[in-house]
Amino acid sequence: MKAMLLAFLAVAVIAVGANTVLEQAGFSVQDRMAGPAVRLSH
Amino acid sequence: MLRALTALLLTLLFVSSATAQDTAMPDRSATGGAQTLQDILARQNGAQVDNAFRSQATGNPDSAAGMAEQLGTLGGTSDPELWRALRFGTADITTANRGPAATVLVQDGGMKWLLFRQGPLATYGAYLLIGTIVLLGLFYLIRGRITIDGEKTGHKLLRFKMIERFGHWLLAGSFLLLGLTGLISLFGRKVLIPAFGHEAFAFLAVGSKWVHNNVSWAFILGLVMILVMWVIHNLPDRTDINWLVKGGGIFSKGHPPAKKFNAGQKMIFWSVIILGTSISVSGVSLLFPFEINIFAATFAKLNALGISGLLGFGELREVLAPHEEMQYAQLWHAGVSFVLMAIILAHIYIGTVGMEGAADAMTTGEVEEQWAREHHSLWVDEVMPPDTKSTTKATPAE
Repeated sequence: MKAMLLAFLAVAVIAVGANTVLEQAGFSVQDRMAGPAVRLSH
Repeated sequence: MLRALTALLLTLLFVSSATAQDTAMPDRSATGGAQTLQDILARQNGAQVDNAFRSQATGNPDSAAGMAEQLGTLGGTSDPELWRALRFGTADITTANRGPAATVLVQDGGMKWLLFRQGPLATYGAYLLIGTIVLLGLFYLIRGRITIDGEKTGHKLLRFKMIERFGHWLLAGSFLLLGLTGLISLFGRKVLIPAFGHEAFAFLAVGSKWVHNNVSWAFILGLVMILVMWVIHNLPDRTDINWLVKGGGIFSKGHPPAKKFNAGQKMIFWSVIILGTSISVSGVSLLFPFEINIFAATFAKLNALGISGLLGFGELREVLAPHEEMQYAQLWHAGVSFVLMAIILAHIYIGTVGMEGAADAMTTGEVEEQWAREHHSLWVDEVMPPDTKSTTKATPAE
């Protein structure tokens, strides 16, 4: 059962990590879709 | 008699005039070339209407009235002409948004996608999943649980190492989340909003979208892990033919011999790899909208190889609008996912309630020796030196 629980934990870590990395790398929807004339929230 | 003949002749006359109307070019002189009542009725009846007469009628800037004159402000076009240009994608648009799709303000083909997504995709997808669950229930009622036939030895064999179980559960856990959140997204407007209301669904939809988008990476990693770890054990060999001929021993006494994975498991494995890869590729295309387009290139290849013609699709379009790329990717992503979900339902069934002793392989990693002998006798011969084998007699494999 340890492998299963570890894997489920890894799913959560990967999801949060992927979201953070993509946001930081400028892959948020607002970053990708807004033109230079738009003032973004960050 | 004469009256009946007259009625017949009149009917034939009406039928032939109606047919003539269908095939002849519509006369639009009464509307000055604009669409007629017949066009509108034909469209409402779902008939094919050639829109060329409208798509070209987008005004002529050369014949523009002066700015100061009446009707001069639109530069030679009227409002309907401007809307037609927007609809048929010929208007010159400038937007503050960037990206290839930003300048498509009206996407005509989107209705087809929307209707297919809400109609056949959702309906037949639901039938497939519900049908699979019903069939598995029936199978359980008819066949019951597949038990261990022989006497248990109490001796355990390590079937899957920690890393193998981790890879399996990484894939399985993420797939369950992706399947559930994908279904929430697909059935939101049609089922969940009418059932729970907009506010509840809005909360659910935002969460589902976040989970679906971000958990996808764990699925891809899990897919790569099981491919690397298990591909060697899943290459077809001649034991599979025997296993398949005997139907895996599902309805007979004893089980055909199998190595680490039997032919049924190999079919599950390759389904997961092939369909999972296809879902992953279309999913990544959807994660980065309009940046990774796969369908125009695929259609071009299918045309070049003549496959589309063989399948009766004719020449597929090789130039697709940005939105169309995403729409095809969405339909493909969801359609293939439904098939994989149905397969996985069967896999979950046989791995849990359907077979005694099977779940141990993926929970503790250790299986009862007798179970292993009955289901994977050739694998037992590989992993157990002869002198360490239990004295319990194995169920005849053949």
